[in-house]
Amino acid sequence: MTVMSRPDDSGRFGAYGGRFAPETLIPALEALEEEFEAAMADPEFLRELSDLLRDFVGRPTPLYEATRLSEAVGVRVLLKREDLAHTGAHKINNTVGQGLLARRMGKPRVIAETGAGQHGVATATACALFGLECEVFMGVVDIERQAINVERMRMLGATVTPVTAGAGTLKDAVSAALRDWVATVETTHYIIGSVVGPHPFPTIVREFQRVIGEETLTQLGDRRPDVVVACVGGGSNSMGMFHPFAGRGVELVGVEAGGEGLSTGRHGATLSAGSPGVLHGAMTYMLQDDEGQVLEAHSISAGLDYPGVGPEHAYFKDAGIARYESVTDDEAIEAMTVLSALEGIVPALESAHAIAWIARERAALAGKTVVVCLSGRGDKDLDHVRTR
Amino acid sequence: MTLTAALRGARSEGRTLLLPYLMAGVPTQEATVDLFMAMAEAGADGFEVGIPYADPLMDGPVIEAAGRLALSSGTTFGRGMELAAGVADRTGLPCVVMTYVNPILRRGYERFCAEVAAAGLDGVIAADLPVDEGEPLAAAAKEAGVSLIPLVAPTTSPERIGLAAAMEPAFIYAVAELGVTGERAGPNERASALVARIREVTDLPVGMGVGISTPEQARSAAMVADAVIVGTAVVRRVLEAGSNREATRALTHLVSALRAAID
Repeated sequence: MTVMSRPDDSGRFGAYGGRFAPETLIPALEALEEEFEAAMADPEFLRELSDLLRDFVGRPTPLYEATRLSEAVGVRVLLKREDLAHTGAHKINNTVGQGLLARRMGKPRVIAETGAGQHGVATATACALFGLECEVFMGVVDIERQAINVERMRMLGATVTPVTAGAGTLKDAVSAALRDWVATVETTHYIIGSVVGPHPFPTIVREFQRVIGEETLTQLGDRRPDVVVACVGGGSNSMGMFHPFAGRGVELVGVEAGGEGLSTGRHGATLSAGSPGVLHGAMTYMLQDDEGQVLEAHSISAGLDYPGVGPEHAYFKDAGIARYESVTDDEAIEAMTVLSALEGIVPALESAHAIAWIARERAALAGKTVVVCLSGRGDKDLDHVRTR
Repeated sequence: MTLTAALRGARSEGRTLLLPYLMAGVPTQEATVDLFMAMAEAGADGFEVGIPYADPLMDGPVIEAAGRLALSSGTTFGRGMELAAGVADRTGLPCVVMTYVNPILRRGYERFCAEVAAAGLDGVIAADLPVDEGEPLAAAAKEAGVSLIPLVAPTTSPERIGLAAAMEPAFIYAVAELGVTGERAGPNERASALVARIREVTDLPVGMGVGISTPEQARSAAMVADAVIVGTAVVRRVLEAGSNREATRALTHLVSALRAAID
């Protein structure tokens, strides 16, 4: 199986991706692509990034054998501990990289969207580190359910702008950030938080997140897991984990938000239950009605509550490079509880989806070795889960 | 009269067309065509009819709210197209629809363009479809005898203006301001420079919109452009009106004032 290491000239992964954005943004996207390629070929940039990942982010994160969980489910489970990265999730890998890019491009202001707040916190952190002005767009529903992260962003000096449009969740925050960017593009860099958006964002975010999979490969040495599993909202932790594993004979499984169940229509399982269309600048799978109107997603997990998905995942699905499953809100909460009790690790609700899939598929996975991307820690979710 | 003929006629007479925008289904499906009729009587030369889309990335809060209102009161994409056909039929003026690419994609480019043509509409503006991605829709439009109108922004390079011109649209849509649709205070500082850059590349007519809401701004735009497009100022008056009669009166007043400023 060959895997495209980069999109083609029009920014496509197979039939997906591209640059479906207002004309005002296109020159900035072209300039960003050029700057990104120059940066990734610049040893000085790469050295600074790698130093920061080690000394500021705390990489490499451990690959930890979850012995008690393994015993309980009859599957050997290794956790890639992105929850131990600075700020508590994998999002920081991307924001440090893109923060360096913003500085390199001489853009004094950064904007970002956030759902669970982890990307917002990671962006605010990178902006504090590099002395950049930071504004984070966040849906009003998410501000409510991820209140701790709102306070963290403010402590880090960011402005958090509530988004009331639509359902007040991640989709609306992305749209608000894109609208701001149309007006401010000459002085502002948009640090998008996932492998979504118009080209070159899906590639940039993947390249800054692939450190997850590369470290895991190194930590495994000669060993090969049977399965690698990660949750998929927009799909940045999963793509960062999957990409280096693709074509190596390891089964790749992305777990989407099943919400209240796919049959209820209240879910965020874009690849499992959506269809191809254009959302937020890219051709990809999305949740839409018969007339192509975007539908609202639903998930207890703000980070997976999104009606689109990264275009490279759409390509991975169609090409059979990865497969995509879903688990429900209830299964995710149960998995959060189980992992906390058995391993002393409180996972983010997003990451708990990946654990929940293993628990559900334990019979089929019996005796196998599974690597899970534990993308973030769950402190932010405790209030929300407790009051549910 | 077709839009192309209207633009050609206006240029030879040294006048500028006024093309107001309103969203189909706003404030109600029943009132939409009447409001366009009122604008026609007040001096509009043609129209942009908005077809509501759930995630309008190029629109500011006013048009976004109009889209929400239209969608929530049953103006589906198909119903919006019917209303646009009604506007073209009743007013007898050139009309283009303005929307986003996904519902067009969902319908199928060819089917959609055939519908545009059958409805007596002159073309389509898809606000999130830049020229690089626009080729398939432009080809389908040409096949159906209608036009895909490309947008050109203050940030657009001469090379990209050339790509837009190569599509041979009825006109090139010059985005007068950085940013999404909405009213701005003061003059559109970069607009005339943008039109000058377009004129260096092509003789195609230029329609200017985004951020043009006052008679003063319209007058400045008319000095350089072949057509002036006013959207948010129209939509806001309709959303703020307490009744259809009040909306009609407000639009008559606005369009008359814009007309007087342009001529």
